[in-house]
Amino acid sequence: MSIILDHVNYVYGGDTSLAVHALQDINLVIPDGQFIGLIGHTGSGKSTLVQHLNGLLKPTDGSIYFNGEDIHAQDYDKKKLRSKVGLVFQYPEHQLFEIDVFSDVCFGPRNLGLSKQETELRAYAALKQVGLEDDYFYQSPFDLSGGQKRRVAIAGVLAMKPDILVLDEPTAGLDPKGRDEILDQIAKLKEETGITVILVSHSMEDVAKYVERIIVMNQGSVMYDDVPREVFQHYRELEEVGLAAPQVTYIMKALHESGIPVRTDATTIAEASQEILRAMNGRTAEHGKQV
Amino acid sequence: MLRDITLGQYYQTESVIHKLDPRVKLIATVCFIISLFVVKSWIGYVVAAVFLAAAIKLSHVPFKFMVKGMKAIVFILLITVVFNLFLTPGEVLVSVWKLRITKEGLQLAVTMAVRLSFLIVGSSIMTLTTTPNSLTDAMEKLMKPLKIFKVPVHEVAMMMSIALRFIPILLEETDKIMKAQIARGADFECGNLIKKAKAMVPLLVPLFISAFRRANDLAMAMEARCYRGGEHRTKMKPLRYAGRDRIAYAVLAGYFAVCIGIRIWL
Repeated sequence: MSIILDHVNYVYGGDTSLAVHALQDINLVIPDGQFIGLIGHTGSGKSTLVQHLNGLLKPTDGSIYFNGEDIHAQDYDKKKLRSKVGLVFQYPEHQLFEIDVFSDVCFGPRNLGLSKQETELRAYAALKQVGLEDDYFYQSPFDLSGGQKRRVAIAGVLAMKPDILVLDEPTAGLDPKGRDEILDQIAKLKEETGITVILVSHSMEDVAKYVERIIVMNQGSVMYDDVPREVFQHYRELEEVGLAAPQVTYIMKALHESGIPVRTDATTIAEASQEILRAMNGRTAEHGKQV
Repeated sequence: MLRDITLGQYYQTESVIHKLDPRVKLIATVCFIISLFVVKSWIGYVVAAVFLAAAIKLSHVPFKFMVKGMKAIVFILLITVVFNLFLTPGEVLVSVWKLRITKEGLQLAVTMAVRLSFLIVGSSIMTLTTTPNSLTDAMEKLMKPLKIFKVPVHEVAMMMSIALRFIPILLEETDKIMKAQIARGADFECGNLIKKAKAMVPLLVPLFISAFRRANDLAMAMEARCYRGGEHRTKMKPLRYAGRDRIAYAVLAGYFAVCIGIRIWL
């Protein structure tokens, strides 16, 4: 169960003078069960890239393989691919349309041609997975708050039981509390089901806490593809393309430069505080020895 | 897809026609359309064709681009021709089974085809060379006399420009929602007519909701900036006639006079 992107190029606007080269020679391997952060500034091509993963966009050049099969081959079943690679768009709450929350979540599995019972079981499980209370199930999706609507929309994709879940900016427009709730829920889901999750974002802060691999996009190509602590070491280059490392990286660098022997590759606040404590303890111990 | 519609699109380039006052172009278009129905003889159509060809040449819009826009109405044109060809009574030329082609029918079909295609090319020159905003400006200015009859001219013009502004936004929105529903397994292509109509619900409901949401936001933003309709509003770029506009009016008057002359004396 993996996705391979082989020399993928994509050009918007075809052969007109307004053509934009949105993706340039993308080569990626997305193995099973990884938690990946896809980061890039606005217009870096990240949304275009994720739409290739479930065959919504066809690369102008290059190929994409899902489980070893070319997804743009003549007889490839795209519908099945889309149930395996679940894509949650930006502002997914704008796609809700049913009279109540539960029927909206049923839309996906029903399209897969499942039985009524199986559809409803899946919808129920998906709504539970995103942490929505039973009280909301038969309300109109339009009466919910922004954060709840988004959960419903995510559940709508989860109900198709994808092997790979791609979320395009799932926290856009949410307040800090709503953002943390959604991200925690996704992390929990990842832990429980072991599916592959690709989290698209323009905020390092958002993803640093959760992901095990970061892909940085810039102007249509992959700039870095590594574990978070390695990517954040390039914080100066990241700043140049309009991104930034998490704040802890800056603090650790500053501490290091001022002579405190901390390691600079901490990515989360918890790691950083531990590292500072360790360094400070070492220092006082040393200090005591000298006296 | 939906984006391929070129009818009514603006084509950006430098030309005399682009620089003309939009009021001139609007009046010229109306006059041209009237002239097509005034003339009856072939000489009249030749004059109209010359006028049209000159306008196309001056507009610097590639003819190919204009023809692309015509594709959308080929079907309507065909229906008109076929109906006129077979259903006009008169002197029979060819008769196959129950269908008769008459001399009068042939004449009528040809005139209708010429009229319709001239009409569409003529009005597309206007939309190709005038931005929607200046077009509504021109309409507002030209309809001002109607204010005496309590017609809310400014409001109508405002609504028109907002409506035009929203077309590309809603097209983009449609595209986005469509993709989101396809990602959830929706199928917009297969099945019979009823199935296809049913498949539109997941597209149309979110689209309407988003249109209302956008309208609401826009109204709020306008109100926050104290927008209050037409009374005493000034314009940043008021429409003013220049020398070339007067020349254009003279040419137009000449053309129109010739058309009427042809109708009366030829």
